[in-house]
Amino acid sequence: MSPSVRLQEMIRVIRSARTQGEERGVIQRECAAIRAQFRQADNGGRSHNLAKLLYVHMLGYPAHFGQMECVRLIASPRYNEKRVGYLGAMMLLDENQDASLLITNSIKNDLAHSSQYVQSLALCTLACMGSAEMCRDLASEIDRLLRASSSYIKKKATLCAVHIVRKVPELGELFTPAARALLAEKNHGVLHGAVILITELCERNAQTLVQFREAVPELVHIMRGLVTSGYSPEHTVAGISDPFLQVRILRLLRILGRNNDTASDAMNDLLAQVATNTDSSKTAGSAVLYETVLTVMDIKSESGLRVLAVNILGRFLLNNDRNIRYISMTSLQKIVSTDHNAVQRHRGTIVDCLKDQDASVKRRALELSLALVSAINIRSMMKELLLFLSTCPPELKSHAASGIFNAAERYSPSQRWHIDTILHVLITAGADVRDETVPNLIQLITNASQLHCYTVHKLYRALVADISQQPLVQVACWCIGEYGDSLLQGECEETEPIQVTEDDILDALETVLQSHMSSPATRGFALTATMKLSTRITENVDRIRSIVSIYGSCMDVELQQRAVEYNALFKKYDHMRAAVLEKMPVMDRSSMGPTNGESGGGGVQELEPTKPKQPEMMVAPQPASQVCDLLDLLSDPDEPSLPGGPLGPGGGPLGPAGLMSGSAGGDLLYLLGGLELTPTPTPATAPAAVTVYDKSGVVLKLSCERPLDASQTITLTATNTSDHDISSLTLQAAVPKNVQLQMKAPSGDSLPARSSAVVTQTVLLNNPNK
Amino acid sequence: MMHFLLLFSRQGRLRLQKWFTPTPEREKKKIIRDMTAMVLARKPKTCNFLHWMDQKVVYKRYASLFFCLAIDDQENELLALEILHRYVELLDKYFGNVCELDIIFNFEKAYFILDEFLIGGEVQETSKQTVARCIEASDMLQETMEEYMSKPAF
Repeated sequence: MSPSVRLQEMIRVIRSARTQGEERGVIQRECAAIRAQFRQADNGGRSHNLAKLLYVHMLGYPAHFGQMECVRLIASPRYNEKRVGYLGAMMLLDENQDASLLITNSIKNDLAHSSQYVQSLALCTLACMGSAEMCRDLASEIDRLLRASSSYIKKKATLCAVHIVRKVPELGELFTPAARALLAEKNHGVLHGAVILITELCERNAQTLVQFREAVPELVHIMRGLVTSGYSPEHTVAGISDPFLQVRILRLLRILGRNNDTASDAMNDLLAQVATNTDSSKTAGSAVLYETVLTVMDIKSESGLRVLAVNILGRFLLNNDRNIRYISMTSLQKIVSTDHNAVQRHRGTIVDCLKDQDASVKRRALELSLALVSAINIRSMMKELLLFLSTCPPELKSHAASGIFNAAERYSPSQRWHIDTILHVLITAGADVRDETVPNLIQLITNASQLHCYTVHKLYRALVADISQQPLVQVACWCIGEYGDSLLQGECEETEPIQVTEDDILDALETVLQSHMSSPATRGFALTATMKLSTRITENVDRIRSIVSIYGSCMDVELQQRAVEYNALFKKYDHMRAAVLEKMPVMDRSSMGPTNGESGGGGVQELEPTKPKQPEMMVAPQPASQVCDLLDLLSDPDEPSLPGGPLGPGGGPLGPAGLMSGSAGGDLLYLLGGLELTPTPTPATAPAAVTVYDKSGVVLKLSCERPLDASQTITLTATNTSDHDISSLTLQAAVPKNVQLQMKAPSGDSLPARSSAVVTQTVLLNNPNK
Repeated sequence: MMHFLLLFSRQGRLRLQKWFTPTPEREKKKIIRDMTAMVLARKPKTCNFLHWMDQKVVYKRYASLFFCLAIDDQENELLALEILHRYVELLDKYFGNVCELDIIFNFEKAYFILDEFLIGGEVQETSKQTVARCIEASDMLQETMEEYMSKPAF
């Protein structure tokens, strides 16, 4: 029985195994037999045993014990054993295995073998798994084979040289002369290999690139021959003569013509010829055209040629074949920034592709559509994009949403349109938008003061309809809190007014508060909005009080803190409530982020202390004013739970201050001990020294500087104009958790009388989150 | 350049694997699992190109086998489809109406044909007839060797 039937018999047995366990058993028995056979002396069936082992290896079982057998078989004089041995080497040995070095010598011998099929085995194996050392050892052999051998061996040697150059780039210089000579070959296989070798050499070495630019006319000539030649049974595929070689030559021309005018000029005619004459009804022709387009866009081609290339891509967009539509969009994506107008012409087709069935085509169409949005087509594009958003697959939703926001921000024709668009996105895809959408939208709304009425009506309707989309609910709560009075008035020019009573609004907010779908941040928004309404509405203030006091014992610490503070606002500070809950001023973009360098107090009125402490007289003012300054640093632009953002400059808004201190850490409040600081108007420019304590002749001044963006230096200057010396002067400072404090040594700790000396101390504050 | 070529059935059984870059065993197994999962999950009317890590994967289904080729990012995907098609044509010419069973029972011949068509991750011969002739000649060489080996020695 011939041994190869035994191999097929084994395969049949393995396949007929009904369970995984049975298969494992069969394979284990076979492997044991194979191992025993390997240990025996030379018998006729060695190659078949190795073949069986390779099959077992392909099924996923370990076969490392066959590595030495591969080495032995490669060294055998028989062709069939060599063949299987080399196959085993390519499958089991790679450059990470130690045994691979052992075959270097065999390969070297086989490269000089009399039979070209043995030579080809060695070349193939070297090109597949040759390590860097093997390549170095055998490079000269390969070079010899490149020059003088049959075309069968030359083509393999060329690709072997390509592998060597990839592994050991320095050896590229060895092959350059031979590569140049190979371009004169007629055999397509050798020519193909030569073009690949030259491509590899040019990509790695700039001087070689310059050298090979002289070969451009020769390449153009070869290419022209291919394009104009008639049918050849050897090489024609679907009417194209040797598409593989054509594509490779085009790629090489691309590399040679890049950034070089002369080379690009030499190719212009050829590229135009290829672009017009190639028949793209089948994949082969499309492949050549695609490569041509890529080459035209990459070299310094003339504008007529570029337009031709973009038109080819446009034609591809209409092709029935999905693959061709996909690659045309990929290419259009690459050139949309440079040839924007040319691509704009195909906008209609691209937008149609948004409705394609294929997810990858959809993704490409989305990216391309976003890139094509401009001030002129914004309205129609946005319609299409919003339609797409409602039907797009979930993995594309967040990308689409952020793309729409960017486009709206850059090109929106009016504020109302902008707000409408954002609202639409929030309603459709609210769960997938990014966190900074909420503060951005709020800022946009406050800036569009004439649209407050319209906005709040729309948002109220959306809120009543659906409270599951968190960003939408957050924005809606904030707006209702701020502009609830416009909602109650019931009239609005821009949209249909609806009759809303105070109870309706409070019902809506309470639903949000109690719903299990609301996140803690959303609840925070809703609670604050309820509180703000206490100054906007007239009749149901008691209801608001009761809501707020319920949440005073809520499990969520954030909500509880807010509720407790609002309760205090009702009880002890009712006189301040109106001032605290006033409407927010218009924010500008820069105040959303870190506040600019003003520091003279920040103009904030601090509020309810919960535990009035009596700090030492000397020490108290300093931390208090430091608290004011610290609050500048505290503004964290990415906090979505802050409705309305950070402290703005200006003495007006007190609402945010209260909320800010609430979220930044209750300990700030404890420091204040009932102090009231006069709100100083914030200078927008240079910080001035602020007198924070002036009593009995002792004057304490704090001045702030901001040397770096995130850190602030505060200098305390103490002077004593009284008649007594003051000793043991210490500065204590406390900061919230996310701010770093570094106190330098004071210049002294006693203040002599009558201003004879001054004590200074510097404190460094750093907010890394800023 | 091509990084690997995989053939697997619709049930995910591997029929042929050719790696053109050195990859550790464990990594190979993981890649095979990932590829199989990704390609088999594709719906029928989608395009034949996938993005995977920093490479492009081109796949095509022929009867019950999926041919899966991973290429560099700057390679021409349409040409990769042509390469797969050419390989199938070569197999078809050699085996005569090739089917999956032919590849299962004669896997080493499938490898030999592949080695005459691709080397080191690139196409070595662009003519179908030349490849077919070379395989025939190698087979002839092998057969004469085997005949010689199995002749009784007198």
